Order: sequence, then structure tokens, then C-alpha cells
Amino acid sequence: MSEQTFELKGNLFTLSVLHLFSVDITQLRKELDEKISQAPKFFIGAPIVINLAKLHDTNVDFATLKQTLIDLQLNPVGICNGTEQQNEAAKAVKLSVLNYSKDNAKPVQPKQNNTEVVEVEKEVYLPPQIVQTTVRSGQQIYAKNRDLIVLGAVSHGAEVIADGNIHIYGTLRGRAIAGAQGYDEAAIYCQRLEAELVSINGSYWISDSLQGELWGKAAQVKQKNDSLEITALVKG
Amino acid sequence: MAKIIVVTSGKGGVGKTTSSAAIGTGLALKGYKTAIIDFDIGLRNLDLIMGCERRVVYDFVNVINGEANLNQALIKDKRVEKLFILPASQTRDKDALTREGVERVLNELKDKFDFIICDSPAGIEAGAMMALYFADEAIVTTNPEVSSVRDSDRILGILQSKSKRAEDGLEPVKEHLLLTRYNPSRVAAGEMLSVEDVQEILAIDLLGVIPESTAVLNASNSGQPVVLDGESDAGQAYNDAINRLLGEIVDFRFLNVEKKGILKRIFGG
Repeated sequence: MSEQTFELKGNLFTLSVLHLFSVDITQLRKELDEKISQAPKFFIGAPIVINLAKLHDTNVDFATLKQTLIDLQLNPVGICNGTEQQNEAAKAVKLSVLNYSKDNAKPVQPKQNNTEVVEVEKEVYLPPQIVQTTVRSGQQIYAKNRDLIVLGAVSHGAEVIADGNIHIYGTLRGRAIAGAQGYDEAAIYCQRLEAELVSINGSYWISDSLQGELWGKAAQVKQKNDSLEITALVKG
Repeated sequence: MAKIIVVTSGKGGVGKTTSSAAIGTGLALKGYKTAIIDFDIGLRNLDLIMGCERRVVYDFVNVINGEANLNQALIKDKRVEKLFILPASQTRDKDALTREGVERVLNELKDKFDFIICDSPAGIEAGAMMALYFADEAIVTTNPEVSSVRDSDRILGILQSKSKRAEDGLEPVKEHLLLTRYNPSRVAAGEMLSVEDVQEILAIDLLGVIPESTAVLNASNSGQPVVLDGESDAGQAYNDAINRLLGEIVDFRFLNVEKKGILKRIFGG
């Protein structure tokens, strides 16, 4: 049996992105040269991606742009945030068209006078899970990927778990586990803290550790330096 | 159509059977045709409390198995008209109850009675689940101490999630709190939870507070439901609870330590 000569695998790399604001390539060459001279070692041979978000109305001369970057000892590998036209033009000179993953860098939609329909990707909002009653002893509630709101109390021997925050409008006497999947900013808010156990992202305190001045008071529980911090919910 | 009321608690020994007997008898005294069913298969007690232990021929399990019909098994009370008892089987265990069998018996009773009181066994296993499954209302019997309160809380959770009404998505089972063996002087001394403490934890409507009383033990021993003793504090407290169950607004009694009169203080009381 002969061994395979290759294997294809996906991976993530950090690339420098050149955010282009103008198509004046002469000017670009001058400014970029200055920039590179400040830290030549950092730039030489660096793979670079050209972001076209600000240049949607313009025709870009990709051949010249590519050559300019090569002349400056950069290695242009592709473009992102281009229009369809720009993408085609870039492909023609063997520049890859890359997808930008960060939400805040979505293509800025040019102002349009015509009635072209623009599809905007919607953020998915997961509404909190709401429990209208008291959570009784022996009951367990898990709010997956969302916040949990309990309008009643959480009894001794009851357990409420959320991947997000937990809000309890009654007394917390049972167990509350927030940030269960590792969300360390999660918090537990309750009108009266008399819990058997509180836990955020794996850090937990049992009842014994909670017998401070906020026992029986309105309190919030947060994670701080891999431990927990309990503060009054209402100041004063 | 009868209303099905389960008397339940989770914890044992808190007064479920005493309360079932008292409330069932009280309802019949007020003219409602009432059946009390003992769901505690294998640990039959209701017949003793009701004073009909010598008249048991057929029982609940016989009816479920088709070995007897309802009329043969129902024991008619000799003191109160319109009161009937369906005793548990002493020789069987809780598995003798099937959901279909219980439903059939309850449906048959429903047409003939105004109230069906289901006296639940302790615990949260098959017998207790069967007693509460078909209930329209629940009387959660609780003693003023922490373990009883926690077990009642557990039962309330089960009523909300495992009863037929919950499974069918109907209006939830109506929950009532019945606090039994309440001793105001021990509450004042901080040895017992107060009505307020219990209500705060369980957060359901208070049906009644039955004071700890020798009348209850005497009643049980003599097979006379305590409501028949109208002189006793416990009998009166049960009567108040029954009136509340029927929708009346009645002030609560026996919540505070009785002040001793000067003669009692001098001569002891």
C-alpha cells in the first residue's frame, strides 16, 4: 500500500487586511511605502487581503493594484467586501474572493436611488424563558442558550439553570446555575438570596458561604477573578 | 358531577387520613353526597379513623379488578347520611392500582356524588401519583416544620406537572394549604414555623389551620371523625376549613396563644 501524498484540511489564519479608501494607486504606493519603511521586516512577504467596503461605486484596476503590492514586497492573496462586478474583476487577475466573518465589517451598502432590494442578515434573538409560577422542590428548569426569568420563588431542592442570566423575582432558596455553557459574564439576580447554591460558569458557592450581610436581601451574583462576587441589587 | 379532591402531603404522619375523614364527614353533614377513597393500598387506615373497620367486605382493588361492584364495596356511614367510604385493600400493594381502573371507578362515582375525597398515601410513588392524578383540587396537608413543608412543596410541583389536568393542559389543579398540628405557644417560643412562614414558602391559599389537640387523637382512637366533636377546637377548625372549601370567607381562629384567665393562672390550667 502506498502512502497518500497529501491531505486537505481547513484552518484559520490571521491575515493583514488593507482597507482601501481610494483608487488612486500612485498615492497608495507612496503612502504604503512610507508605512512599510517603518517596519519592513513585519511587512515583507506578508499575505494581504484588500477590503473594498468603501469603494463600491468605483472600478478598481486590480491588475495594477496587485502589481503595486507585489512591487512593495507584499503578497496580495485576495479581496473581500467587493461588489459582484469587483469580485469578477479580481478573479480575472487571480485574486481570491474571501468572505469576511466579522459582523461589524459587513459591506456598507451604498446609498441607492433606485429600488434594488438589499438583503440584510438578521441577528438571531433568543427570547428569555419565562416561568410564571414558583419552581417547586424537585423541579428542574434549564433555559438553553438564553436567559431565564422566574416570576415566583425557587424553592428548596429546586434547580434553575440557564446558559445566560437568571432573574428571580421571588426568593431564591434552591440552586441557581447561570452561564452553564461557559458564559462568564452571566449573573444571577434575585429579590431575596437564601440559596442552597449559586454557580456562574463553574464557580460556585454553597449556602454556608452566602451567609453574609446580603443573606435574605436583594442581590446579584457575578463571577470575578474565577470566584464569585455578591453585591446588593439596590443601592442603599 | 362530583368534584375530586385529593388530600396529600408527601410526608407521612402529618394528618392526611384524619383530615380526609374530617373533611369528608363535614361535607356530608352539610348535605353533600360524599365518598372518601382510601388510596393507601396495603396500609389501610381510613376504615379505622371512620370506625367502620368491621364492615369491610370488598375493597377498592376488588372493584378495580371487577371482583365486586361499587355498591358492594362502598360502606355507608351509620352516623352521617350521604357519607360513603371505599376502603383500601390490606393484602395488596400499590401496584394493584391501574390508571384505567382508577379512572373507571372515579367516573362511576362522579355521576352519583358531589364530592370524592381521595386519601393519598405518603411519598411520591405510584400510590400517591394515582391518588392525585385525577384531582380537580388538592388539599396539601402540612405540619409547621421544615421537612413537612419541603415535601409539600415537592407535591405541589408534581400536581403542577404530573396531574391529568397538567397533562391535558386544562385549568391547573386548585391548591389549598391545610396546616395541621399547629401549636401557637410553640410557634411563639420559636420552636415551630408560623402560618406566615409556611405560607411564604408554599405560596398557596390557606384553607385552614388545625390546632394540635388531644381531641384529634381521641377521635382517631374511637373511630369518630373529629368534626363530629363540635366542642373541640380541632373540630371547629375543620368546620371552618370546610366552609372555606365551599367558598365562604371565614376568619381564622386558634392562631394565637390563649390568654390564661386570672383563675387559671392562680390554680393552674
